[in-house]
Amino acid sequence: MESIEFLPTFWFVLVAVLWVGYLFLDGFDLGVGMLMRGWARNESQRRVILNTIGPVWDGNEVWLVTAAGATFAAFPLWYAALFAGLYLPLTITLLALILRAVSIEYRGKALTARTRDRWDWCMAGGSAVAAFSIGLMLAVTTTGLPLNANGDRVGGPFAWLSWEGVLGGLAVVGFSLAMGWAYLGLKTDGAPREAAHRHLTRWLPVYLLPLGAWGVVVVSRQDGLIPWMLLALALAAALGALMAAQLRREGWTFIALGASLLAGAAGIFLAVFPVVLPSTIDPAFDLTAMNASSSEYTLNFMAWVAVIMVPIILAYSAFVYWVFRQRLHETHIPESHVVTPV
Amino acid sequence: MDPLDIARWQFGITTVYHFLMVPLTIGLGLVVATLQTMWHRTGREHYLRMTKFWGKLFLINFIMGVATGLVQEFQFGMAWSEYSRFVGDVFGAPLALEALMAFFLESVFLGLWIFGWQRLPKRVHLASIWCAVIGTVFSAYFILAANAWMQHPVGVEMVDGRPVMNDIWAVLTNNTLLVHFPHTLAGALSVAGGFLLGIAWFHLWKRRRDGIDTVAADGTVVVGTTGSKGRDETDYRVWYSSLRWGAWIALVAFLGTAFSGHAQAQLMIQQQPLKMAAAEAACHDGTAFSVLSVADLRSDGATDCDDVVGVFEIPGLLSFLAHNNFTTDVAGVNTLIPQYQEDYGTHLPNDPMYGERAGQEIDYLPVMEVTYWGFRIMITFGGLAALAAAIALWLTRKGTVPASKPLMRLAVFGILAPFGANAAGWIFTEMGRQPFVVAPNPDPTGIDQVWMYTAAAVSPGVSAGELLFSLILLTTIYAVLLVVEVVLLTRYVKGGVPAGMPELTQDEHEDDAGGAGKGGSVDSDVLAFAY
Repeated sequence: MESIEFLPTFWFVLVAVLWVGYLFLDGFDLGVGMLMRGWARNESQRRVILNTIGPVWDGNEVWLVTAAGATFAAFPLWYAALFAGLYLPLTITLLALILRAVSIEYRGKALTARTRDRWDWCMAGGSAVAAFSIGLMLAVTTTGLPLNANGDRVGGPFAWLSWEGVLGGLAVVGFSLAMGWAYLGLKTDGAPREAAHRHLTRWLPVYLLPLGAWGVVVVSRQDGLIPWMLLALALAAALGALMAAQLRREGWTFIALGASLLAGAAGIFLAVFPVVLPSTIDPAFDLTAMNASSSEYTLNFMAWVAVIMVPIILAYSAFVYWVFRQRLHETHIPESHVVTPV
Repeated sequence: MDPLDIARWQFGITTVYHFLMVPLTIGLGLVVATLQTMWHRTGREHYLRMTKFWGKLFLINFIMGVATGLVQEFQFGMAWSEYSRFVGDVFGAPLALEALMAFFLESVFLGLWIFGWQRLPKRVHLASIWCAVIGTVFSAYFILAANAWMQHPVGVEMVDGRPVMNDIWAVLTNNTLLVHFPHTLAGALSVAGGFLLGIAWFHLWKRRRDGIDTVAADGTVVVGTTGSKGRDETDYRVWYSSLRWGAWIALVAFLGTAFSGHAQAQLMIQQQPLKMAAAEAACHDGTAFSVLSVADLRSDGATDCDDVVGVFEIPGLLSFLAHNNFTTDVAGVNTLIPQYQEDYGTHLPNDPMYGERAGQEIDYLPVMEVTYWGFRIMITFGGLAALAAAIALWLTRKGTVPASKPLMRLAVFGILAPFGANAAGWIFTEMGRQPFVVAPNPDPTGIDQVWMYTAAAVSPGVSAGELLFSLILLTTIYAVLLVVEVVLLTRYVKGGVPAGMPELTQDEHEDDAGGAGKGGSVDSDVLAFAY
């Protein structure tokens, strides 16, 4: 067992925080995206739910870019092994995220209902595929890839395919749907709010089941007690979310779901620490927070930047949520604007 | 097929494509923020309309930059994992800085700006576009810091065969970066200038064609109106101001690219002399700048510099570019290659990290057709755009554009020239760095002994099939999206000011100041903007 050093540990926690921040914030964006086809039945419903994430989705997606960038800066060997190892699923993720982003801006500019439908499928499909493949990537991070001594994946382009990966993919899809509904319950009035109440009271346990299963799979592979306690906490928070949903306390539902994610992710990350990417060939090839990290100088400098910048980012992001705190109703949506040549 | 070649094509295609959107985002962003500031200061209606119209085009383009930028952040690890391992300690930092200090700023505040019309106090709304635009400029700085390090590694020491950062300040004040950054910023402004000029020309021409604006006997414009809000006298002011702004921006930006480009050439001659020689296709030491050189293809299809014949050269100009005088020789390929062979070896090491290429002979000469023509296309397109801007300023001095349709077409297609110059410049500087991905620096300000061959950078575990799959997939989707973006831009351009201001046509009683006179009424029921 190698010694635990402070800076790599700090960065491990920070990368985990970035991932949790991403799943929490973009989780509801992805969920709302899926509901664009999964629930909304007409144009005005689609526009209401799309506009709840309109001002914030792009900022939320930057958490993903930052998680990737921070992994590159702090753990280049982890970044290299994981991203190259998951070449195909990440290619699909990128495609999904590209189509999804573009559809948000371009759907309202479509001239025909047919084109708009296509963009909506890009949004819904892109959101589902992105959520699944990001979940797969995170699950693989905890359960491992066939890595050789250099950290290169062996065993062909599909060597990452495992039931644990699929479980992780389903976990993030389910969690995103739950968050999407909770967010709509909080941010809309009328049909989507009612639908959120209905869906969350009935289906919330189903949405969260794969996430819970993934947590149990990872935590049961080690012997510490604290990860189990964190998982129990996550379960309690999830039950709290269910209760809050039944009581129609939309704010508490949303917060409890976030708490459940935080506790669950803390349990999972703690269970694997210090390993950041296990090798399924030989534990000697495992990438750990220590052997995959950058130099002390780089970690130290970047730690200062992160300590200063993350609170500032949280502050101005919170300001934007505060500005757009109003619930949206169909009557708030302006008529769509058809551009004709002058 | 060779994974390395596929990976290089993919990086080239995705990056050049991404950089079609980026300069327009940066340049147009600065223009829109300035326009909104002018509106804020003067309260004049045409500035508001300009802000909204150009802002709409800015957003249509911005989203494509965001979407394709994701690929950039991921593909270093995906396709270039050996590179990521080798340079991660120093190269990852500017990428993380870019995310933390630039991407959040631009994305969060742009969302605030898009949805903030009529909802925020005017001052806060103005601040939000500036925050977003400053984010785009910061982003350029950090990513150029990463690129400049590949051209001129600084701020590191070698530990166990890997460069380890020991001076972030050196990385962020790399002299290569300090000339890169103004050059890129000026290049972005030249794109925005050409964009304004071409589109505004089209609308002024259309107003003349439709008989709204006429020309008096002395050639000065007589502004007319159709009575509809989109095509009144303010509309004329929108296009005429846009045209003049665009032309001046293009001219000043060209001077910026010329001066910063001159500084870049002087560094290049010290830091990457072979790139300069390849840009000139110059075999022998000399002082002349080649305007046109031709080469006979040999039977095997390859060309080297001894086949190149200068057709037209300007004596002394190359020395001026490189050394600020007309007589100092600039080293040619035949002088430099033996030096490189002596310093870095004639063959790749017999190391498994080079894959099939281990032990092969190293070709230090970049693909000269690409570097030679890339360099010249950049200069030609940049120069033509500036010349066109100067002519446009003169032609429109009396208040409108000539009625000529071919001239209008030329102005519209001229929008492409600065895009071409930007792309050619990047292709030149990246291809000119080959066969290195991290270029060694003979110059004393660089850290010696830090370099990496591109052949060693590609992901060893990723198969040619995977790379080919993503190359085809991304290229296809990029091609489709480019068509979509151009179609949308064209439709919004043709829609004129009302395309960016639906309120102009929807509500005739609306206050001209876009409701801002009401001081941002949060309680208004209908959103000012919604997707």
